[in-house]
Amino acid sequence: MPNEIIQLRGIHIEFDGDVIIDNLNLDIKDKEFVTLLGPSGCGKTTTLRTIAGFVTPDEGDVIFDGERINDLPPYKRQVNTVFQKYALFTHLNVYDNIAFGLRLRKTPKDVIEKKVEEILEVVDLKGYRSRSINSLSGGQQQRVAIARALVNSPRVLLLDEPLGALDLKLRKDMQIELKRIQKQTGITFVYVTHDQEEALTMSDTVVVMKNGVIQQIGRPKDIYDEPANAFVADFIGESNILDGIVLRDRLVSFDGATFECVDSGFGENVPVDVVVRPEDIAVCEPEKGAIRATVKLVTFKGVHYEMIAESCGFSWKIHSIQQHPEGSEIGMNIIPEYIHIMKKEAGTAN
Amino acid sequence: MKKALSRAYMALIFLFLYAPILLLVFFSFNSSNSNVVFDGFSLRWYRELFHDSEIIGALFNTLVIALLASVISTIIGTAAAIGLQNYKKWRQKAIMNVTYIPVLNPDIITGISLLLLFVAVKIPGGFLTVLLSHITFDIPYVILAVKPRLRHVDPHLYEAAQDLGAPPLSAFFKAVFPQLVPGIMSAFLMALTLSIDDFVVTFFVRGNSFSTLSTVIYSITKRKIPLSINALCALMMLCVLALLIAVNLFDKGKTKNKEAER
Amino acid sequence: MKSKVIAVPYIVWAGIFIIVPSLFVAYFAFTDSSGSFTLSNVARIGEYTHVFVRSILYAAVATLFCLLFGYILAYIMSRLSERAKSVSLVLLMLPMWINLVLRTQAFQNILMDNGMLNKMLALLRLPESHILGTPAAVVLGLIYNYLPFMVLPLFTALEKLDISVIEAAQDLGASGFNVFRRVILPLSMPGVYSGIIMVFIPCLSTFVISEKLGGGKVYLVGNIINDMFNQNYNFNVGAAVSLVMMLIMIVTLVVFSFLDDETKEGIL
Repeated sequence: MPNEIIQLRGIHIEFDGDVIIDNLNLDIKDKEFVTLLGPSGCGKTTTLRTIAGFVTPDEGDVIFDGERINDLPPYKRQVNTVFQKYALFTHLNVYDNIAFGLRLRKTPKDVIEKKVEEILEVVDLKGYRSRSINSLSGGQQQRVAIARALVNSPRVLLLDEPLGALDLKLRKDMQIELKRIQKQTGITFVYVTHDQEEALTMSDTVVVMKNGVIQQIGRPKDIYDEPANAFVADFIGESNILDGIVLRDRLVSFDGATFECVDSGFGENVPVDVVVRPEDIAVCEPEKGAIRATVKLVTFKGVHYEMIAESCGFSWKIHSIQQHPEGSEIGMNIIPEYIHIMKKEAGTAN
Repeated sequence: MKKALSRAYMALIFLFLYAPILLLVFFSFNSSNSNVVFDGFSLRWYRELFHDSEIIGALFNTLVIALLASVISTIIGTAAAIGLQNYKKWRQKAIMNVTYIPVLNPDIITGISLLLLFVAVKIPGGFLTVLLSHITFDIPYVILAVKPRLRHVDPHLYEAAQDLGAPPLSAFFKAVFPQLVPGIMSAFLMALTLSIDDFVVTFFVRGNSFSTLSTVIYSITKRKIPLSINALCALMMLCVLALLIAVNLFDKGKTKNKEAER
Repeated sequence: MKSKVIAVPYIVWAGIFIIVPSLFVAYFAFTDSSGSFTLSNVARIGEYTHVFVRSILYAAVATLFCLLFGYILAYIMSRLSERAKSVSLVLLMLPMWINLVLRTQAFQNILMDNGMLNKMLALLRLPESHILGTPAAVVLGLIYNYLPFMVLPLFTALEKLDISVIEAAQDLGASGFNVFRRVILPLSMPGVYSGIIMVFIPCLSTFVISEKLGGGKVYLVGNIINDMFNQNYNFNVGAAVSLVMMLIMIVTLVVFSFLDDETKEGIL
């Protein structure tokens, strides 16, 4: 076996007749930070729970380190979970929460003591060992939940939207913290989130899911730059998604203009989805642009201005460092590399 | 003005509620056997109370029945509340509707229906029938006290314990059960007080020879009215007051801790 | 946690001690002493019509007074400081834990001809009352015994009431009485309904209070049942009377839970 620690093969799961996961195949490499990303109800949490052992797939195999573990109960698996709302034991203090798993494994007292102290240091909670759970802030509870799972030295750590309950600032800090912990411990992280920014900043590999089906697997940059379809493009970052027609290889027409592009192999005169990121649009004098549009709304976003500009057939979202007054005419140009062409899919018409 | 008026109103209502009981307590210190003329202070009725073997025996019965009934009903009721969660919605609803029957039925109906059962299967009235009856009217209150607690327990706690290596049963007792303890405790206390307090159901199912405190009080006050009953009332009030204050302080301590922790 | 089995003991228990006894009431009501089917017990209910009417009337009057006095008390209590709230709650609950028989005995002592009531009246130079043994004494006793049971649910409902809702109503121009009629009262209706149920049903079925305060002259449905089971040993007629009482109770419950649903829908 190469270094794949978890393999999901043809997983199919239904609840009450609804298909939650449909023929899912996924390989997770050892020491990797993998994020399952998608809107709520996309099956990402169910996938995670399948690995943890709380859900048994109707079809397919869950393979851990080369062994099929479909029938292994959760308490015998070498994975640990950080739950969405932490699921900390409020009747126990910080130390007892963290020691919970070690005690169940009949670890000697002095070893527990040592390991808990170590892990408290890793999660930056030294001196909190006898505090009660309710006396901790959300961020601290989060760290206890991570420590409680990590202290058992699992081969894989599963994290189910662990930062969802935290405020923005804390979330950013914890993202960096989690990445650091993952690197420091060398444990495989499988991370579930619906926050695309979180997925892009933290992961080695991002798995985008929708309706129980994997849409794309790839490195964050690849997914951002080369979304596999309009759904991924829309979900990852902000996008303008338009109907277009590929005239021939490397030539596409949309919004009443014709553009050169880099994609080929779609055929001739084929309807496609065209995706353009708001920051990839170059604003110029009206007469110099390939497309003319009228600025309808300008919002200051800190680093840039976000503009909504209407052309003859489309409402564009544009990020620009220059401010153009509302009501003014602008021109827009897009270079070939920034035009992403996608095959039309059933059910993705926007 | 408005405040003074509402204070006066409250005072009047509480006077109405307390005057009879406080007078009863007051006359428990009377040296003569009168509930209306105070002839001087004495502890005579307290002495007589403790020498009244009928009352002391009934007190003993009351406590034994109450303790047994509340322990058994707490166990059966808690188990039921936990197990019921896993039943289909309509079944849960049907069972809960049955559970409401003893709660909503007038005591007299609960009493006679149980009496009819015992008569039909020829169990003579006595300790056993009283115990079975008390368990029957205690369990619903236990279920109703534990059930809402159960709904507030994070279902992930159970999974978290398993995730950390605890097999299902151990996961339940290590992670879920501690969360239920306050609910179970209050259910137990409620069952205990209901049992101690009950007169009507016991009155119907007790048979001829078995008495609890409430039935003894009833039969004594029917004949003559010795002031040892007043003394008993005073002592019971003292116990209840102590209990209520203790529970209140306990609650306050808990909320204070929580506030301090925040 | 996933086990259904642990609920089985209770389900069996409920079957034997809740459902079967209820069926026995119906069975006894429709059989004679030899166990054969008869309608004569049910037919005898007619003789007791006036007792049923009297019981319902007294229970209704007592419930009404409890509601009136209890609502005002609950409202005042709900506006107290947290500390005063918990003290007054303890004060309210304390009498509830005292045995019904003892409470009623204590109340009887007050109403006796040479009791505290007449001493007070004499002090105020008012004529003596001979209330004991009258319906008034029984109704007064019912109010005395069950007032706390009315106040508790009302207090719970009124306490939950968000003060900002009242302020919002005032802000929108509602006067004091209108705030009460249009905001406070509708929002506290669930408390009113459960209070009525908690007072009306025990009032309807009492036999201790009517016996002790009615001096044997005020005969209620509870007394019939008591007599049938403890003196006449006519279980069949007793069961028939009980069955009718259960029916009245069920009608009460259905009516009030229906009204409760109505208000909830109204609020939503």
